[in-house]
Amino acid sequence: MATQPVGFFTDTTLCIGCKACEVACKEWNGLPNNPLEFRGSYDNTGQLDHANWRHVRFVEQAGTSQDKPIAWSMMSDVCKHCANASCLEVCPTDAIVRTEFDTVFIQQDVCNGCRDCISACPYGVIGFNSNTGTAQKCTFCYDRLQNHLKPACATACPTQSIKFGPLDEMRQTAAARLDTLHQQGVSQARIYGDKEYGGLHALFLLTDKPEAYKLPSTESAVLPSRNNIPGYLTATVTAVVAAVAGLIAFRRRGEAQP
Amino acid sequence: MPGEHFVVPPHWEWYILLYFFLAGISGGAFVIGTMLRLWGSPADAAASRLAFIVSFPLLLLCPILLTIDLGQPTRFWHMLVDVGSGTPVFKAYSPMSLGVWGLTLFGLFSFVMFLAAVGEGGYLRWRVLAGAGRLMGSALGKVFMVIGAIFGFFVAAYTGVLLAVSNQPVWSDTWTLGGLFLASGLSGAVATILLFSRGRRDAAVTDGKLMEADRYFIILELVLIALFLITLGGVVSKVLGGGWIILWLVVLIGTLVPLIAEWRPTMRRQLPPVVVPVLVLVGVLALRAVIIFSAQA
Repeated sequence: MATQPVGFFTDTTLCIGCKACEVACKEWNGLPNNPLEFRGSYDNTGQLDHANWRHVRFVEQAGTSQDKPIAWSMMSDVCKHCANASCLEVCPTDAIVRTEFDTVFIQQDVCNGCRDCISACPYGVIGFNSNTGTAQKCTFCYDRLQNHLKPACATACPTQSIKFGPLDEMRQTAAARLDTLHQQGVSQARIYGDKEYGGLHALFLLTDKPEAYKLPSTESAVLPSRNNIPGYLTATVTAVVAAVAGLIAFRRRGEAQP
Repeated sequence: MPGEHFVVPPHWEWYILLYFFLAGISGGAFVIGTMLRLWGSPADAAASRLAFIVSFPLLLLCPILLTIDLGQPTRFWHMLVDVGSGTPVFKAYSPMSLGVWGLTLFGLFSFVMFLAAVGEGGYLRWRVLAGAGRLMGSALGKVFMVIGAIFGFFVAAYTGVLLAVSNQPVWSDTWTLGGLFLASGLSGAVATILLFSRGRRDAAVTDGKLMEADRYFIILELVLIALFLITLGGVVSKVLGGGWIILWLVVLIGTLVPLIAEWRPTMRRQLPPVVVPVLVLVGVLALRAVIIFSAQA
């Protein structure tokens, strides 16, 4: 495989919630088990974090009839490897880099655990590992990519809900699947990830608005750096006003010059 | 406009709170020391020296707190040097990167002015300090102070911008935090100088001017608090709801009581002298606490 931009396309209409992707990810990457606790849902993973780089989200929605009071949508969530990545933007150590596959990777030997990337990630993907003292997230199976292998999650997915390939190819696959679903009358189907953050490397086919899957809408998908200029500008204006206040308060009042 | 957030908090807690508190006071004290030296009378020189002497020790605690808070404290230097190439790491659009450099450079200015203030005050009779002390009154010294004060303003303010340049609720929904932390840091710096000037007749002659300045800083802080709450829109319930209102009451007491007391000498004289500065400092700490913790709750 040539080193070209790669991507996932996760088709939520094909996901059956088996969590094979989660297990494969944990096995390949040596991630620890989750504590055995009941969360009141089949979604006992909870969220993406340092130990869960794939998370099958169980989205409970109102059903269509009394026989089916609840309808589930499953979505295997993952780091989006954004083209304009918030985490990479704020990282002060340059521990977060873009790889030759155009994915976003945290160098574990460089990260010093400041957690600025966690505050910046709009998807809540990155977790802090208190054992290693570093931030961790999906590596897109960087080691497998370097050895011409598919990421573990895409390899394990039994329904091909998770597809992997060159990013352009994934975009075409997503667009074709969207057309098919629209022709079948699933009018609410939509692609998430073709516009957000300059284009995501993890595209999703959704059957509801993004917020239902805990994804920010296109309008809300904004970079942290948007607040740089307004923040510093307000501070500068405050500094000028404070300096004037100091001048008024501290000025000599008819006293002798030094 | 505040948007929906689907994020996890970075768990910046007590060390960061203390760092934000001390950085505000240290940067603010340097700025006040400079303003007193530039615009004050000869009688204000002692208070100016006190401001510089207060600034540096407080600043020394800052990198310690920041380093302890890291997951890998021994890699603190990765903030400054690229591990691979050995070249400096500097990202202007990352407030944390900018802040680390700002803090380092401010440390240089703060250290030199600390030595100069100690030398001028004759607190230690070392020849090298006497030389440094002459810097205080010279034109070169004033240029040095002004440049240092710019870094002082930055260190007191950038922590607010650091919070805003994120995707966390509350922090990223407002543009006011840099200014707000600066105004409250200046007020806290005045309170700290007032506390240390107690019992020092030479520095206490400036107390009246410092209190007048504090009134302006508190008014500025109250305006920015109002703007902060307004700009949050629907997210405002996250900072005002639940038990957070108690911290806001502490903030209000730490601003309004000193404001009134510093305006009304009759009321001030009825209070023990340490009450007003202590209330200000508790308010400065509470303001940062409510902003840091409520957003991550």
